Amino acid sequence: MSLWVDAFRPRTLDALHYHKGLSERLKSLAASGDFPHMLFYGPPGAGKKTRISCTLRQLFGPGAEKLKIDQRVFLSPSKRKLEINIVQSNYHIEITPSEAGNYDRVVIQELLKEIAQTQQVDLGAKQRFKVVIINEADSLSRDAQAALRRTMEKYMSNMRIILCANSTSRLIAPIKSRCLLMRVAAPNEEEIMAVLQSVARNAKFDLPPEAGNKIVEDCGGNLRKAILVLEALKMQSPDLTGSLNIAKPDWEVYCHKVADLIVSEQSPARVMEVRTKFYELLSHCIPPTVIMKTVAERVVDKVDEALKADIMHWAAFYEVRMRNGNKKIYHLEAWVVKVMSLYKHFIYNVDMSDFD
Amino acid sequence: MASNFFSAKAPSNKNVVKHTVDPSLQPWVEKYRPKTIDEVSAQEHTVAVLQKTLTSTNLPHMLFYGPPGTGKTSTILALARQLFGPDNFRNRVLELNASDERGISIVREKIKNFARQTPRAQAVASDGKTYPCPPYKIIILDEADSMTQDAQGALRRIMESYARITRFCLVCNYVTRIIEPLASRCSKFRFTPLDSESSSLRLSHIAQAEHVDINQPVIDALISTSSGDLRRAITYLQSASRLSSSSNPPTPILPADIQEIAGVVPNDVINDFAIVLGIEANAGMDVDEVPNQRRSGFEPMRKKVKFLMREGYSAAQIISQLHDFVVFHPTLNGRKKSVCALVFAEADKALCDGADEELWVLEVGLRVSKAVLS
Repeated sequence: MSLWVDAFRPRTLDALHYHKGLSERLKSLAASGDFPHMLFYGPPGAGKKTRISCTLRQLFGPGAEKLKIDQRVFLSPSKRKLEINIVQSNYHIEITPSEAGNYDRVVIQELLKEIAQTQQVDLGAKQRFKVVIINEADSLSRDAQAALRRTMEKYMSNMRIILCANSTSRLIAPIKSRCLLMRVAAPNEEEIMAVLQSVARNAKFDLPPEAGNKIVEDCGGNLRKAILVLEALKMQSPDLTGSLNIAKPDWEVYCHKVADLIVSEQSPARVMEVRTKFYELLSHCIPPTVIMKTVAERVVDKVDEALKADIMHWAAFYEVRMRNGNKKIYHLEAWVVKVMSLYKHFIYNVDMSDFD
Repeated sequence: MASNFFSAKAPSNKNVVKHTVDPSLQPWVEKYRPKTIDEVSAQEHTVAVLQKTLTSTNLPHMLFYGPPGTGKTSTILALARQLFGPDNFRNRVLELNASDERGISIVREKIKNFARQTPRAQAVASDGKTYPCPPYKIIILDEADSMTQDAQGALRRIMESYARITRFCLVCNYVTRIIEPLASRCSKFRFTPLDSESSSLRLSHIAQAEHVDINQPVIDALISTSSGDLRRAITYLQSASRLSSSSNPPTPILPADIQEIAGVVPNDVINDFAIVLGIEANAGMDVDEVPNQRRSGFEPMRKKVKFLMREGYSAAQIISQLHDFVVFHPTLNGRKKSVCALVFAEADKALCDGADEELWVLEVGLRVSKAVLS
């Protein structure tokens, strides 16, 4: 009994619900025999992975779905052992090199060369090349990306690379220019609705439109989230009628609490209170960027129009510092203090002008 | 002796693999690499100097630098081929690039070993032509700016002590990343970005050879999206022709296809975003709409940014296109433009540091609109 997200994941390019034009393209490319390196990019939950696996199936037939998981050990230059999980079938191999942290270059060089220098063994295979899927390509280090450059050209006859990333901003230009870029946009509201309806049909129940609308509103374009929420709701109330409340994740509720604390009072004591809450969040492994964004969005909703731009500005400012810095909590705190002082000043000035 | 034998074998093996590639599957970038240095597009100055070395067969150490896709690697490969001919090419030229391990140990072992072997006497070329085949070897260090400082340091002495039988050719994008002692040992050649005329000539030549039907607007789109990088333009052309020929029935290539392949955000999306920021796309054209567009608040902006992120456009691309839009805008005054430029610069730095894309696109939007409306 798997989750609906996996159970009802489309298997073929024809079964995909949206971005028909893209599916057509992938299909004709797979059929032409002249398959390029590809780079899929788009927001999370837009269906990049689904499209990649469908393309593989189109290329190699059902054999590409027989997966096995392997663990490989690589040696870093300083003789440290790096263990990397590899998902592979007879025709393709899937890696997440960012698991190796700083040493992702080693993994890329060794693994790709090994794959590239051996030919397809299975004579019955539809294509002569093998496919390497690199997940989270945007977190590859500069070195690793540089190592990819020449390999991509040199071993074109034996291997194709499919990169999967959230954004192309962090990829170096030589890589982008060697790939065929495939933008996978998040589905729009009607498209999500259609997918939810089809999931409901497959799971053999009726999805009332109100419940559907609520889910669509909540998920913000992330289809995976939408389907997970649908399944959770179905578990809660089997008939999906009446007042539904979509359970927000605990950390989100907690973040909202923090935002309320900031807006309701601005004092050193309150800063301490917020600080303990931030610690709590960080110790539960919520990424600091997510914390800042969630809190900022909530704060922005509650303050005056004139303040909104400034609050977002400082959020962006401290977010960069947080990336460069070492201790995340300092920057979160600095931002909170900044927001509080802005808020106070704002209120104070308004009061003064009223007196004048 | 044994180690010599193997290291001589290794590069030739690689070349064998390369030569068995089915030409129809080869990337066009490789397929249409210039065979002689006369074929190299633009770069007249460099070609003229190298022509002379061909006749005198005396070669200095060389350092090629310039932006990507201007023909640095192509030039040295073509030169080496013309000097040595196809037969001797394999054992006289060692090509190392960033995809090979290039730590200090490689410089010590591989390069030293290769440099140490004295070249064999000239054999008669198989294709009947005579080649100068001067008595030295060439070591090409591609992407040399990604070599570590230590590895570059190790090269210094090797370059001098084997200068009698080897010539080094360093190829890099940023000459500043090459340590000074190495740079001073080489004669430097700067490669300039290609002008649109020579790019256009080369592109239409390739299109003709591949029987791809393209017209002038498409070539213009290719050149403008690739900004002087010929390799990128050729790759885009190949991708576009793949897409158009694989669809059924084959469709002609349109400039919009090129933009999609290059990952460029469509112009109307950028224009929409600019309107939300309070910049009119074409001043004078829609004067009647201006008053109500002027007051763009926080909420519509946030919505627009969320939409852009959901569409999956990359923040760096949005910002660079918005930059072009603002800087070339006809009616904004210099002061506003400078404030905007400052914002773009900061955002680019932040994105390079790995900042959150949504926050920064929003930040850019808010500050640009503040600057424009002030």
